[in-house]
Amino acid sequence: MTTLLEVEDLRVAYGKIEAVKGISFKVDAGEVVTLIGTNGAGKTTTLRTLSGLLKPVGGQIKFNGKSLKKSPAHQIVQLGLAHSPEGRHIFPRMTIEDNLRLGAFLRSDRQGIEKDIQRAYDLFPILGERRKQAAGTLSGGEQQMLAMGRALMSQPKLLMLDEPSMGLSPIMMQKIMATIAELKAQGTTILLVEQNAQAALSLADHGHVMEIGKIVLSGTGQDLLHDESVRKAYLGED
Amino acid sequence: MNELPQQLVNGLLLGSMYGLVAIGYTMVYGIVQLINFAHGEIFMTGAFGAFTVYMYVLPDGTSMAIALPLMLIGGIIVAVLVAVGAERFAYRPLRGAPRLAPLITAIGLSLALQQGVWAWYPDATSALKFPQIKGGPFEIGNVTIQTGDIFLMIAAPLSMAILAYFVMRTRTGRGMQATAQDSDTAKLMGVNTDRIIVIAFALGAAFAAVGGMAYGLKYGQIDFRMGFILGLKAFTAAVLGGIGNIYGAMIGGIVLGVVEALSTAYIGDIPGMDKFGSQSWADVWAFVLLILVLLLRPQGLLGERVADRA
Ligand SMILES: Nc1ncnc2c1ncn2[C@@H]1O[C@H](COP(=O)(O)OP(=O)(O)OP(=O)(O)O)[C@@H](O)[C@H]1O
Ligand SMILES: [Mg+2]
Repeated sequence: MTTLLEVEDLRVAYGKIEAVKGISFKVDAGEVVTLIGTNGAGKTTTLRTLSGLLKPVGGQIKFNGKSLKKSPAHQIVQLGLAHSPEGRHIFPRMTIEDNLRLGAFLRSDRQGIEKDIQRAYDLFPILGERRKQAAGTLSGGEQQMLAMGRALMSQPKLLMLDEPSMGLSPIMMQKIMATIAELKAQGTTILLVEQNAQAALSLADHGHVMEIGKIVLSGTGQDLLHDESVRKAYLGED
Repeated sequence: MNELPQQLVNGLLLGSMYGLVAIGYTMVYGIVQLINFAHGEIFMTGAFGAFTVYMYVLPDGTSMAIALPLMLIGGIIVAVLVAVGAERFAYRPLRGAPRLAPLITAIGLSLALQQGVWAWYPDATSALKFPQIKGGPFEIGNVTIQTGDIFLMIAAPLSMAILAYFVMRTRTGRGMQATAQDSDTAKLMGVNTDRIIVIAFALGAAFAAVGGMAYGLKYGQIDFRMGFILGLKAFTAAVLGGIGNIYGAMIGGIVLGVVEALSTAYIGDIPGMDKFGSQSWADVWAFVLLILVLLLRPQGLLGERVADRA
């Protein structure tokens, strides 16, 4: 297995407050790795740093053998790291199709782009039906589908998803999780941040538990799923 | 004789000049939420750039047919350089600072540009005579078109068409739309938002220079203060049309121009209102209109609902 992403002793601060306090983990090609943890643990901060929206104060990020520390966000996408952000952040006043096209902003293979738009519609048929509609009119779940579809449009080597199930109905949540499983089966490498620890760990090859800026527990998805402290803290058992 | 068509044409012409300058306010605001109060002075430097080409670069007696395009290019280059320089050295270092800081910088820059031109440009302490196109005026029906306005009649719609094409159809234009809606997410798509910001400043300056050229041809003279009132009017037009919306800028400009023209033409005729129809009252009516629109439709004529802009 080749290591795609390697994070070493990563530290990120907002002003003087350190939100990520030296975490290390890696993601191998073809794997699904999940970060779980309580609110404010630093999961979103970690992803935003990986995609270049935040600058780390210390540590190393290596993606595909290359250090990302000096690269601005728009170049990191180019290297193959796509980020579907927390809260979806679709472009509300653009059509669904234009949102997808923006996902392919750096590509110039027209036919490939058309093919991938079709693939996104196959993955999420509702998007195809509404393609000319302003994205802001979609429901929360549909917006999440669009955000995922848009992230896939850059043909990423690694797809980062930040809380794709946030605020969704149970049925919608199942749909999204099923899609992630499908992407995994197709060989997509995924770094998944989730509140829904049960679903995330069931899918994941590896998982890391974050608490106030640190990774406190790591293991395979199955190990963590059966770990007593995880069951207590995140799976609502006592 | 029915004066209305003439007044409408006057308003349309004046308004499209406001619109050309308003584009720069609205684009920059749309991308970085900065009201670039130095934009009126960028319009002024554009006019001076065009004037410089005519006065100091071209040989005496160059025909206007050859001079006009070269003056326009010169004006655009000067305005773009000033705007891009302002972005790079004055605004960019303040990105992320509290909003008041870039606003004060903009006002300072505006004064510095005015005073700089006043102090260093040859003979700019008083108005400079701008070259004129010979011939005309032209009569179409009972409407008279001044020769100097012909440039505006061609340049304004053409500029708008170029801008619309750029924003809607080019890759950079789509990146610009994305940056305006959600800058961080645009970065995640691979948009180089720093570059988009520079392009927004540069494009706004180019259209302002077209407006500066139109001003010189229309009024026959330019001066270091010409950007003050006109900048204020163009800013009003941008807000009127819905700040952040490029079509709104042009439409706001035209509405403003027409209201001004009609107010000077007709308000004085209303019994008891004879004092309020003068040219200086036209400015007042323009701002009355602004206040009315802001009361009834705070987002401006074409603006999005504020909730969508978050
Ligand atoms: N822009 C910001 N400025 C200052 N502090 C911030 C900012 N964003 C996040 N923080 C702080 O950093 C810490 C980590 O936040 P982060 O959003 O990374 O957590 P998270 O694990 O994603 O939480 P959640 O599960 O609620 O999304 C929190 O204490 C948060 O308050
Ligand atoms: Mg988060």
